[in-house]
Amino acid sequence: MSCLITIQDYGLRALGIGERLLPKEDFTLCQQFTLIGSGMIWNVYFGTLALLAGFFFAITLAMGKGSNNTLLRKPAEWFIFLFRGSPLFIQFFFAYFLFLSLKQVSPIFNPFTSAWLGALVVLFCNTAAYSGEIFYGALKSIPRGDLEAADAYGMSGWSRFRRITFPTMLRLGWPAYTNEAIFLFHATTLVFFSGFPAWQQRGDALYYARYFADKTFNPFIPYPILAMFFIILTLIVIAIFGVINKRLNRHLPQSSRPKMKLRPNLIR
Amino acid sequence: MSCYLTTPKHMNFYTAFGTVLLLLAITAPASLLFGFGGAMLARHRIAPLSWIGKGYIAIVRGVPDIAFFLFFVIALDQGIEWVKHKVVCSDWDQPIRQGNDFVVCAQAKVPLATSAEWIHESYAFGTAVLTFAIVFGAFAANVLFGAMRAVPRPQIETAEAYGMSHRQAFWRVMVPQMWVYALPGLSNLWMVLIKATPLLFLLGIEDIVYWAREMGGSKTARFTDYPHGDWRMWYFLALLVFYLAFTRVSEIVLDRLMVRLSRGQATAAGEAQRRADA
Repeated sequence: MSCLITIQDYGLRALGIGERLLPKEDFTLCQQFTLIGSGMIWNVYFGTLALLAGFFFAITLAMGKGSNNTLLRKPAEWFIFLFRGSPLFIQFFFAYFLFLSLKQVSPIFNPFTSAWLGALVVLFCNTAAYSGEIFYGALKSIPRGDLEAADAYGMSGWSRFRRITFPTMLRLGWPAYTNEAIFLFHATTLVFFSGFPAWQQRGDALYYARYFADKTFNPFIPYPILAMFFIILTLIVIAIFGVINKRLNRHLPQSSRPKMKLRPNLIR
Repeated sequence: MSCYLTTPKHMNFYTAFGTVLLLLAITAPASLLFGFGGAMLARHRIAPLSWIGKGYIAIVRGVPDIAFFLFFVIALDQGIEWVKHKVVCSDWDQPIRQGNDFVVCAQAKVPLATSAEWIHESYAFGTAVLTFAIVFGAFAANVLFGAMRAVPRPQIETAEAYGMSHRQAFWRVMVPQMWVYALPGLSNLWMVLIKATPLLFLLGIEDIVYWAREMGGSKTARFTDYPHGDWRMWYFLALLVFYLAFTRVSEIVLDRLMVRLSRGQATAAGEAQRRADA
């Protein structure tokens, strides 16, 4: 019964709803599960929004990098190099302090100094760069025959892009993009360790796990709980992306459908 | 300006770059070793051993790496102290976990409370290196495991037809050939390792991130010797440029290495080189 009360008190603590004070002593397993779970709300929030918005930007970047026009290619190349070549951790720090100094110029930048927007912008740019590179690779490996067939049918410009280039690129890049999505969710744990303050102790899952580990000096309970939550999240991501992968490949004969292979390109 | 950039604190900042390079220099071979061990375990013929190897690879990949960094640093510390406690103070009758505390006898503290400052620092650095090696060992194990499977099967069969034992075939035929398959994965890993070094900050080492935060912070002239506003942005910009340059240089070097290693190999790249020469 008391566990239900704990869930009521702390279930939405990461959003600032419920009990104000975090538990100080006599930590129960239930409290740890509930608080770390409520922190996952932020991880899911950052991951999902960055992924959705980043997807469209990534396609733009990939098309830019693959374009023959130097004015389009160079900026895309530089953007991808900038965000793939430096650690995400440093990007967070730099962005936070950049927003802090911009804040003095104009109050428009006020929300950018808090995690919900500022960190989201950084994650958005970061995932766009990584997935842009993935889609660029896929763009380069579109079978030449497909494009020639499109030419033969008299398709060009937008209709060729919409019917041939884009679906094929998506299909080829999808397994790698799945890994990117998984690691983006893992990367969201960095947010509250990198300058962005956890206002009123509203943090993500790792923030609470670290809180418990610091208070109890016993890492063997909170971190495995966190690991469990993340493995569940990873499985959900794989399931969703697997469904989309199936749909992207539905026109192919059974034997030539690419299997989803998990070859994560690790962290950034 | 040149005077400002050579204050003792800035000297600490520059040595911190050395710390990062030292970490990379130690961790890269160490994690390669861990990875090799993990990959060998994962493809062992005895099932439970191969489960251990595969479990090691799978868990580290499924969970955010910072969680591992934060976990291992405390876990290793407590593990070492616990073992030493069992050995040194066998007559200790109190429980080790007392409520929220972890208590071992004074002789079992690692490092001892009386030891010098530099021992404490190098001990912290050592646990950090070990943590990095464990985490990146799992990634390397994944890469090497794939590379070992990529070596064409007939090569091993030929070796066995010549009467080599399992072990001989592994060391003389598979290991020399697997590197060219492993290199793309390993160079990716090296990039990731470079980009993971700022996480040292989370492990409590006074590294470049620590100093950049420390020195850029706004201080008033009255209290300190560096009177300026909030310059943290510029310090982090410098770090950003440092990392960009570092990854770019590694990229070029690794590309050259790949060209060298592909020479004479039975791969597409090796074949293309042979054609170009002919």
